[in-house]
Amino acid sequence: MTESNRATGTQLVKRGLAEMLKGGVIMDVVDPTQAKIAEDAGATAVMALERVPADIRRDGGVARMSDPEMIEGIKAAVTIPVMAKARIGHFAEAQVLQALGVDYVDESEVLTPADEAHHIDKWAFTVPFVCGATNLGEALRRISEGACMIRSKGEAGTGNIVEAVRHLRSIIGDIRRITQADQAELFDWAKRLQAPLPLVQEIAQTGELPVPMFCAGGIATPADASLVMQLGAQAVFVGSGIFKSDDPAPRARAIVEATTNFADPTILAKVSRGLGDAMPGLEVGSLETRLADRGW
Amino acid sequence: MKVGVLALQGAFARHVRVLADLGATAVEVRTAGDLADVDALVLPGGESTTMSMLLDSSGLRGPVADRIADGLPVLGTCAGMILLATRVADGRSDQRSFGAIDLDVRRNGYGRQVDSFEADLDVTGLDEPFHGVFIRAPVVERVGDGVEVLAAVDGQPVLCRQGRVVVAAFHPEMSGDDRIHGRFLDLAFAA
Repeated sequence: MTESNRATGTQLVKRGLAEMLKGGVIMDVVDPTQAKIAEDAGATAVMALERVPADIRRDGGVARMSDPEMIEGIKAAVTIPVMAKARIGHFAEAQVLQALGVDYVDESEVLTPADEAHHIDKWAFTVPFVCGATNLGEALRRISEGACMIRSKGEAGTGNIVEAVRHLRSIIGDIRRITQADQAELFDWAKRLQAPLPLVQEIAQTGELPVPMFCAGGIATPADASLVMQLGAQAVFVGSGIFKSDDPAPRARAIVEATTNFADPTILAKVSRGLGDAMPGLEVGSLETRLADRGW
Repeated sequence: MKVGVLALQGAFARHVRVLADLGATAVEVRTAGDLADVDALVLPGGESTTMSMLLDSSGLRGPVADRIADGLPVLGTCAGMILLATRVADGRSDQRSFGAIDLDVRRNGYGRQVDSFEADLDVTGLDEPFHGVFIRAPVVERVGDGVEVLAAVDGQPVLCRQGRVVVAAFHPEMSGDDRIHGRFLDLAFAA
């Protein structure tokens, strides 16, 4: 039997997995037990990391890629896709993650950056990458480096949705404005955004990012998930919001239901009941370190 | 013709777009009410375990099973194929399928994301090859007697039909080629 001509690692299959994750919830987990709870609750994928952002914030120090053994343990525990984080610019960590067979690499500001000028050249990898962005220019620079999914950064580990809303509104608002711009104005948009002109022109035509856009950083309740989905996010990442809450399993389940039924307040009212306390939140003004400022 | 696209999770928006471009009235289905007056149904790609869970909590499981039993034309892609199969290997123990087409499938049978691939497919009834996009795709491990195999990759079936049920291991909504959706609408229209 002859092997067909199979092409792996193409933009289409890399962006394709992000398409499949739309309308779902990707949950941060630190061990196989949490990964099982996430899968049981209906997560579409898990993000394997050693400490959730709230703990990274509390503990300080350098936050790095997780131990491969821990990632392997999580891969073995669940059947859904497993993502893992590499430090900004740390292409060697990303190479390790690809060798481990993770399904998506998050080049993440939650970890301590490894390079102050360069993000990873993501075109060089078979595994797809997701990157954070606070505004449209940042999103388009990441896409030009090969990112196949963008997540608005928000402010991880705070349980405070305000930064996620700011970043989503900034990205989506600029996309809307670009669709109203004439040809000459697009050059100025590219200059102001410090983004490649062809990507700006593409947005002017399609009215959306060339890759899926998800939301992260501060989601702690079902209503938070509904809010960002109504603002235009296509799926949500929940980090500390689940496993730093009183009762993770029902909260995880409720956020899954809220993400699917984001436009139905009756269902939201039903699933939001009796979940116990959400994670204790942080006022953004009181933060010593703003993770969203990492990356450029 | 009104075609419902199950919109609990996954790539439903892409199916809606392709179907609308073909002239169908495409609607997102999240509740039993949404399902009531559709003439055909698409189960999209996405995470089959998540969709299986949401089929129960949304109250859609029973109504979808009833409509399929009554002969509703159905197209299932990737996770949708898993949800329509008879038996699922490497799934979760609580994951349930409709058993609408006599196939046994293995979830993520082609491997993890780094093994996801594109390949040209010779499809029965299409003159030119169809470009298939396979993402953590299921492998068909057994084909029942009444099932017609319309395309295969390296001997493994990837597009199958039994009566009014059509399933693909790949994502025709991702290829920018509407021929498989078009064929499905022809089938549904004839029903």
